[in-house]
Amino acid sequence: MQDFVQHLINGISLGSIYALIALGYTMVYGILKMINFAHSDVYMVGAFAAYYVARWMGIDAQPGIGTLILLLVVSMVFCSILGLLIERLAYRPLRNAPKLNILITAIGVSLLLEYGGQVVFGADPKVFPDVMKDFVIFSVGGIELRSFDVTVLIVSILAMLGLQFLIYKTKLGKAMRAVSANPGVASLMGINPDRIIAFTFVVGSALAGVGSVLVGMKYPKIDPLMGMMIGLKAFVAAVLGGIGNVGGAVVGALIMGLSEELVVAYLSSTYRDALAFGILIVILIFKPAGIFGKYSVEKV
Amino acid sequence: MKRLLLSLVLVLPLLAGCTKKDNEIAIGEYDSMTGSEATFGLSSNKGVRLAIDEINAAGGVKGKKLALTAMDDQGKNEEAAAAVTRLITQNKVVAILGGVASGRSKAAAPIAQSKGVPFLSTGSTNPDVTKIGNFVFRVCFIDPFQGFVMAKFANENLKLKKVAILRDVKNDYSVGLADAFVQEFKKRGGEIVDDLSYQSGDIDFKAQLTQIRSKNPDGIYIPGYYTEVGLIAQQARQLGIKAPLMGGDGWDSDKLSEIGKDAINGNYYSNHYTTESTDPAVTEFIKKFKAKYNETPDALAALGYDAAKILAAAIERAHDLSGNAIRDELAKTKDFAGVTGKITLNENRDAVKSAVIIQVDGKNRKYVTTISP
Repeated sequence: MQDFVQHLINGISLGSIYALIALGYTMVYGILKMINFAHSDVYMVGAFAAYYVARWMGIDAQPGIGTLILLLVVSMVFCSILGLLIERLAYRPLRNAPKLNILITAIGVSLLLEYGGQVVFGADPKVFPDVMKDFVIFSVGGIELRSFDVTVLIVSILAMLGLQFLIYKTKLGKAMRAVSANPGVASLMGINPDRIIAFTFVVGSALAGVGSVLVGMKYPKIDPLMGMMIGLKAFVAAVLGGIGNVGGAVVGALIMGLSEELVVAYLSSTYRDALAFGILIVILIFKPAGIFGKYSVEKV
Repeated sequence: MKRLLLSLVLVLPLLAGCTKKDNEIAIGEYDSMTGSEATFGLSSNKGVRLAIDEINAAGGVKGKKLALTAMDDQGKNEEAAAAVTRLITQNKVVAILGGVASGRSKAAAPIAQSKGVPFLSTGSTNPDVTKIGNFVFRVCFIDPFQGFVMAKFANENLKLKKVAILRDVKNDYSVGLADAFVQEFKKRGGEIVDDLSYQSGDIDFKAQLTQIRSKNPDGIYIPGYYTEVGLIAQQARQLGIKAPLMGGDGWDSDKLSEIGKDAINGNYYSNHYTTESTDPAVTEFIKKFKAKYNETPDALAALGYDAAKILAAAIERAHDLSGNAIRDELAKTKDFAGVTGKITLNENRDAVKSAVIIQVDGKNRKYVTTISP
C-alpha cells in the first residue's frame, strides 16, 4: 500500500510534465489542425537555453526559488521566440498548402533542431544546473513527498491555470477560440488570424519551456535528443485526451504518467511503452476523438 | 561545361580517397564519438591517437608511418556497419580498432570478418563479440568476468547477503554483466531479492526503485552506463535507499559524478585500470596523456592506447600486411605489458587479465582492490 501511494505520487509528477508539453501540441492542433512535431525540440532548446544562461550568470550552483523563477522565465522567453520564428519562417508560408506539406515541414524542422542541436551544443549529455534544493517536505509511513515533486506540481498547475484564464477570460483567448472555430469568419470579425496563430505558438512554446526546466531540475541530464521520446509520449497524451482539447491533454498526460509508472512497478519496463501505446489504441477504438474530443467542445 | 566541372568536383574527392600512399599503413578506427556514449568513444579515440603518435615518432612500423582514419558511428548499429564498410572498401585499412559498445561491435565485426580484416575491439565486453569469427579480437575482459568480479567483491569484501539487480534490457552489455553476477552471487550462497529492468534513455527510475526499496536489499547491482546510473543513484537516495550501489566499467566517466552529484559517492564499480596505480607503465601513460589532452585518462583511453600498441606490435611481427598475417600475429599476443595490465589473448581471442574495484568519491576514483581471474 505504501509503495502504491509512492507510485501514485511519482506518476502524477511525471504526468504533469507530460501535460505541459502535451498542451503545446493540442493548442497548435486546435487552431491550425496540424501536428507541430518540432514542439518537442523547442522544449529541448528551452532546456539548453536555461543551462547556458545559468552558467553564464554563474548561478548553476545556487539552488533556490529565485533561480527557479529566473530559469523558467529565460526558458519561456527563448522557447517563445523560437516558436514564433518556426511559425513565421516554416509554417506560415505553407498556410494554404495541402496539410501533408506542412506536416512534413514540421518533421523537417524537428530533425533540423535535433541534429543542429548536436552540432551547436555537442552530442554528449550536459548536466542541468541545480535549480532547487531537494528535500523531504513530509513523510508519512515511509511515503515521502519531496520538494521536487511539489515544485513540479505547483508550477504545472499554475501554468495550466494561467492558460485556462488566458483562453476563457481574455479577449485574446476569445480571438483564439474564434480562429480555431473558423478562421475565415473570425477574420471577417476583425481578427487577424496570422497574429492569433503566432500568439498560439508563443504560448504553447512557453509551456514547453516551463516543462524543460522542470524536467531539467528533476532529471538533471539534458542532451539534444532529449525531446524525442518525451515529445512522443506527450503527443500520445494529447491524442488520448482528445487532441485540440486543453483539459483533455492534461487528463491524457496524467493517465500516461500513472500507467507508465504502474506498469514499470508491477510488470516490467519492457512493457512500459507497449502498454502506453496500447492504452491509446484501445481508447481510440472506443472513442475515436479521444476521451474529451467531442465536436461540441470548443477547441483552442 | 558547367555540368562537367560540377561532376568533376563531386568525383575528385572520391578518387582522392582511393589513392594510397606507399610509405603509410592505413589503420581504421570507428567509435561512438557523438550520442549518449560519446565520452567512451572520444576517450578511446584519444588513447588510440596518443599511441599512434608515439609509434610514428619512434619510426613507425616496418619503417612506415601508421595513418589513422577515425569514423563516428553516432552510437547507432547501422552507422557502425557503414563506417567499417567504408574503412575497408574505401580507405583500404589493414586492420580496424574500436567499438566500445558491444551492440555496435556485433553489427560492425561481421563485416570485418567477411572481408578478412583483423578487428581489435577496445571495450566491447559482451562474450558474443569475439564469437563472430577468427578475425575478431578484444583487449578488454568479458562481461561474465566483470559480473564475477563484482559478485566476489560483494560477497567477500562487502559481505552482502541480499542484492537487487537493476539492468538495462536494451543493452547487451548490461544484461551480460547482470546474468554473470546473478550466477556467481547465487553460487556463493547470496540471495537475489529482485531483478528489475530499465531501458537506456529513460530518465525516471522511481517505479523500479520503489519496488526495490520494498525488498530492502543490502546492495543494488546496476551494470548500466553512466548517464542513467547517475540519475538512478540520485533517485535511489531521494527514495531513501541507503544500500551501496555496484556497477561495471560503464560507470567510468567524469559525467557520472556530475550527474549523480553526492548520491553516487561511496559506490563501487569494476574497471580495467586505475589512475592510482603505481605501475610505471600506468604513471608514464597518464603523464603523456595529460600533456597531450590536459585531462586524466579514463579506462577506455587506456584500452584504446593498449589496443593500438598491441595492433602495431602484431603488424611489426607479421611478415606482410595481409589480413591473415596480421591476424595470426595478433592471436599470438602473450603477456603484453599494457597500461590495463598484462594482456594475453586466449584461444577465444579474448583478453585474460585482472580487474580492479573502484570506489567513487566525488571527482576522485579510489582504488579498493584487484581481483584476478
